Amino acid sequence: MISFENVKAGYPGKEIFQGLSLRFPEKGAVALMGPSGLGKTTLLRLVAGLLKPESGKISGTEGKKISFLFQEDRLLPWISAQKNVELVSDRDTATYWLHQMEIENPALYPREMSGGMQRRVSLARSLAFGGDILLLDEPFKGLDEGLRARVAGRIRGSAPFILLSIHDREEAALMGAEIWELEALLRK
Amino acid sequence: MSKIVRNALIGLFWIAVWWIAAAAVGLPLLLPGPGDTLSALFRLMKTSAFWQSTFSTLLRVACGYGCAVVLGILLAIGCHFIRVMEALMSPIRSVIKATPVSSFIILVLLWISKGTVPAFISFLMVLPIIWTAVQEALRATDGQLLEMTQAYHFTPAQRLRYLYAPSVKPGLAASCITGLGFAWKSGIAAEVIALPLFSVGTNLYNAKIYLESADLFAWTFTVILLSIALEAMLKKALGRLKGGAA
Repeated sequence: MISFENVKAGYPGKEIFQGLSLRFPEKGAVALMGPSGLGKTTLLRLVAGLLKPESGKISGTEGKKISFLFQEDRLLPWISAQKNVELVSDRDTATYWLHQMEIENPALYPREMSGGMQRRVSLARSLAFGGDILLLDEPFKGLDEGLRARVAGRIRGSAPFILLSIHDREEAALMGAEIWELEALLRK
Repeated sequence: MSKIVRNALIGLFWIAVWWIAAAAVGLPLLLPGPGDTLSALFRLMKTSAFWQSTFSTLLRVACGYGCAVVLGILLAIGCHFIRVMEALMSPIRSVIKATPVSSFIILVLLWISKGTVPAFISFLMVLPIIWTAVQEALRATDGQLLEMTQAYHFTPAQRLRYLYAPSVKPGLAASCITGLGFAWKSGIAAEVIALPLFSVGTNLYNAKIYLESADLFAWTFTVILLSIALEAMLKKALGRLKGGAA
């Protein structure tokens, strides 16, 4: 179970969390909601270990494999979609998840794809990497309604615990995620 | 009008200017015309010394250039990842950049054989160009992609092949082309001062001493032709390398 105890964190010249304490459930999905700039991405980065807290303690992530879908697609521009996914998994897993994300031509390079396609390749990479915890920062950015529902159905249950950052309550419902309002958490 | 025809016409225009200027001066000793230069070049090309000198110069410059490219890349990688190395080595880079090439040539002549000086000078002139370009490219590597490779547990080899190498390639290619010109010019300048047995630089010096202006022009013409040919070959090779990225 991931828990934050009195965590103080932020960036040089910008404090985001001051004494944040919370405890996520062992399994299932939690959707963090709140206005931009409140710290949803920072919270995901803290869970992923990409940002270290200035003080306080984050536990429950030790020895766990964490997969992180960044807010930006962060695909390597000089290799194909297939290769981007294969680099974090193997050929079969990559092919499976690219197919699940409805990527018809995985030989394309990121610059040859639309924004929505790039997002789905990025999603395929996170899912192919797999793990115990799946962190998704705005996973449905750039996807149309139909695609959003199909993709969400395939992400559900792909990891024991999924933590999302989203703006839309409907997206949380598609993922079957419990909604946590970050603003309310910070006021506690 | 095709590019080849256009370039040929531009070339012809300047040869005509040269021919008119030589005719106006009227003294081949001061300014030999295109005809005198060409006949001198053909005469020189019939001698084995011409080819021996040309290939010796090529070999010296290639050695210095090749070593500079390899060491420049290694130094850039070392300085990028090891802070102490950057602190220790950056003053050396600044000194090499700021010191006039002639000072180096005269100084190096005291330490090593005159046949090795041109290669060493080419090496010294190219080294900071490659070193700086590669280190700058490493510094400019996309931070978000770097963080992604950390999050997805890329191995150091994967990071090098799929992130750093493609990021560095354009800067390295550009600096290799710039460096080639520097290697060529500084190598020949070093030959003119060091006067090794077989070299283009020594022949340039002799032509000047014996007032053989047509020979001087012919050797200079050879240097220009080789420089253009080498640059074209390098660009082609680098283009092929770019095509086979990752």
